[in-house]
Amino acid sequence: MAPAEMKTVLAAHPFFDGLPEKYIDLLSKLAFEVRFEQDEIIFREGDPSSLFYLILSGKVALEMGAPGRQIIIQTLEAGDELGWSSLLENTSKQFRARCLEPVRALAFDGARVVNLCEEDHEFGFHIMRRALALVAERLRATRLQVLDVYSPKGVRGK
Amino acid sequence: MSTAASAAPPLSRAVMEPVPVRIASVSRETHDTFTLTVTPPPGDPVSAFEPGQFSMLYCFGVGELPISISGDPAVRETLTYTIRSVGQVTYQLVTRRPGDFIGVRGPFGSSWPLKEARGKSVLIVAGGIGLAPLRPAIYSILRHRGDYNRLVILYGSRSPRDLLYRREFEAWSLLPDTQALCTVDYGGVSWRGHVGVVTTLFRHVRLQPQETVAMICGPEIMMRYAARELEARGLPPAQIYLSMERNMKCGAGFCGHCQMGPWFVCKHGPVFAWPEIRPYIDLYEL
Amino acid sequence: MRRKSYRLDEKGLGALIARLRERDYQVYGPRVEDFALHWRPISSVEDLPRGWTQELAPGRARLAPGESAALFHHWTCAEGLKAILHLPVVRILAAERNNGAFRILDNPLPAEKCAFLGVRPCDLAALAILDRVLLGDRYADDIYRARRQNAFLVAVHCLQSAPVCFCASLGTGPRARAGFDIALAEFVESGAAEFFAEAGTAAGLEVLESCGATPAPPEWSRAVEESCARAAAQTRRLDIHAAPQLIDAVFDSPQWDAVARRCLACGNCTSVCPTCFCVNYEDRTSIDGRLAERWRVWDSCFTQSFTYIHGGSVRSSVKSRYRQWLSHKLARWQAQFGTPGCVGCGRCIAWCPAGIDITEEFRQLQLSAAAAASFPTKD
Repeated sequence: MAPAEMKTVLAAHPFFDGLPEKYIDLLSKLAFEVRFEQDEIIFREGDPSSLFYLILSGKVALEMGAPGRQIIIQTLEAGDELGWSSLLENTSKQFRARCLEPVRALAFDGARVVNLCEEDHEFGFHIMRRALALVAERLRATRLQVLDVYSPKGVRGK
Repeated sequence: MSTAASAAPPLSRAVMEPVPVRIASVSRETHDTFTLTVTPPPGDPVSAFEPGQFSMLYCFGVGELPISISGDPAVRETLTYTIRSVGQVTYQLVTRRPGDFIGVRGPFGSSWPLKEARGKSVLIVAGGIGLAPLRPAIYSILRHRGDYNRLVILYGSRSPRDLLYRREFEAWSLLPDTQALCTVDYGGVSWRGHVGVVTTLFRHVRLQPQETVAMICGPEIMMRYAARELEARGLPPAQIYLSMERNMKCGAGFCGHCQMGPWFVCKHGPVFAWPEIRPYIDLYEL
Repeated sequence: MRRKSYRLDEKGLGALIARLRERDYQVYGPRVEDFALHWRPISSVEDLPRGWTQELAPGRARLAPGESAALFHHWTCAEGLKAILHLPVVRILAAERNNGAFRILDNPLPAEKCAFLGVRPCDLAALAILDRVLLGDRYADDIYRARRQNAFLVAVHCLQSAPVCFCASLGTGPRARAGFDIALAEFVESGAAEFFAEAGTAAGLEVLESCGATPAPPEWSRAVEESCARAAAQTRRLDIHAAPQLIDAVFDSPQWDAVARRCLACGNCTSVCPTCFCVNYEDRTSIDGRLAERWRVWDSCFTQSFTYIHGGSVRSSVKSRYRQWLSHKLARWQAQFGTPGCVGCGRCIAWCPAGIDITEEFRQLQLSAAAAASFPTKD
């Protein structure tokens, strides 16, 4: 992807909505395009968290498996973020990410983004605020799932 | 809120006595949900309904329950109900056979704002069995397609095996100017669709918020989240409608069970505009 | 309009009962039964509770000896007129199984010409409220209507108030102003009861004049007004006009938790309340399954099952149920029906086994709202 196109794509992604242009420039130097085939595994549970992805097209399933239980707990698509835990240090993946469709994404090395945040706290504030909003959204969705609202025998406080 | 005093109101006997109707068909939708079609006596007022209204269904000697009408309002010969078997009366209803009789009273309650939505886009947000009371609205919109702009149907369910009307839903998704997306809370590994709560679908919707009317039906928690999020996304509150569920024993405002603050859900609802219900919906144990 | 006033002696009162009975009325009056007063059929003055009065206080409703010659030296029956007009248990449907189908059987309305002797002003006000709820809404309750439309009402003004009464602050008593066919005030003169009587309707006037009523002494009218005015000086009061705004403001008040610690959720208050109208429907079948009936029975918002929807009850805590009852009665009712659901009869105070006092609970809620409003806020 040409640098100019990269900047346009980054600026258009919901995650970077409203980010000052100089930081888009900075990020465009870190980002690289990745493609995955359908059914390809992007990462496995237990993998060290390293890359942070912005999905441009296709669909990814976050899955958890155990003997007798294999479920998709969330799907992510164009406009969604994948692998936010790479913005934290020393973490590993909690789920498996599998492509339900061919996927195109931009990837960042999470450690390098964090280093930049350390060097420039203003940049860091922009990134961390977005990361917090993302995590809050995931947490809210997770709480709704936990409530099991469609089941009359859903989670109750009794 | 009180109705203007005009002619004497109709007597309760007319609305409290069930009309015996013959069951034409019973079909299984999912592992616990069934669709019943009944044929009321020709011309009987029980069969004239507005999308969003409900009937009281009576099972001989067992009891009575409010059930939303899920069929096409333009078809006057039959009434259709989609029923989830969760208790004694619903179990008895879904295990009836064609040719058996049940009792029907109604229709009761308010309806979806199909007139107000004319000229606008319609966003349908359904959760679980909540798609059933919305289906008559979808039929009505499709029948008068020119009166509306875009139609978006978002449908959330617990898991793929709980999805209702799957073939029909797929057909809707192929119609022009129509977006029909479904999502499940938990998917099996063979599921290729969305996984996530229904509000996660909002970002995939292309609509002008000011020119959209939303109709929401599903579990109360899901409706609260959906209505709040739509408001945050710029839908005018008065253009958001939802259908409430409370313990409705009579349907006619007599029994007092379905009260929710100043409202009797059976007669002022079940369909409310968001500003009418917002002051009460977040009050726990109201 | 000034009404003509009459004097009626006990013989005249007996004649009034006889007249009504001749005209096929079942005449109900307060009668002593199970150590309390209840609306029961009466056939003569002798059936009335002569010489009895009541001790009415929070958690206390007892009969006690009173003025020996008086017939109405007491206040309210345990239940309101709804016990006779809005029947506690009534069949609303009978059906018969018939070759896989079923047919609806004839279910005659339990129409009855009822006359009531000794209706208190608060109970008249309660009847006007029930009329609005059961006859003046989207649908009319035909069972209530069949009994209500023929009801003949003989009211008795309250010349004294009981300690639990707060009708004065609600404007429903102690003097009956409207809604009666005949209104009486009882005087005891030299060992016998006499009555100051007024007719409220043409039917009332006609009955009154047929029982030997004579013109009342001119000073009686003022005596009634003065006694009622004295009776209006009640210790309990309730500011009903403040209720709608207050109830919205105190939804989360700890006062509800405080009352819930005492409330037994027994539903006594809803049973004795003359305006509580909630009902449930019950199914009954014959043992061979051929016949099925639906019965309408009084219900109470204090029961756990009242708000049951699949999965659980909306109001599962006692706190939420007491809050619903008080909020509905005093505030929501006004939005729903244009009138409060309380008439100040005080029954719920006297018949509460825990002595919970609606006027005191309301006052505490007002105090908690006032405290919240005056809480210092940072600029």
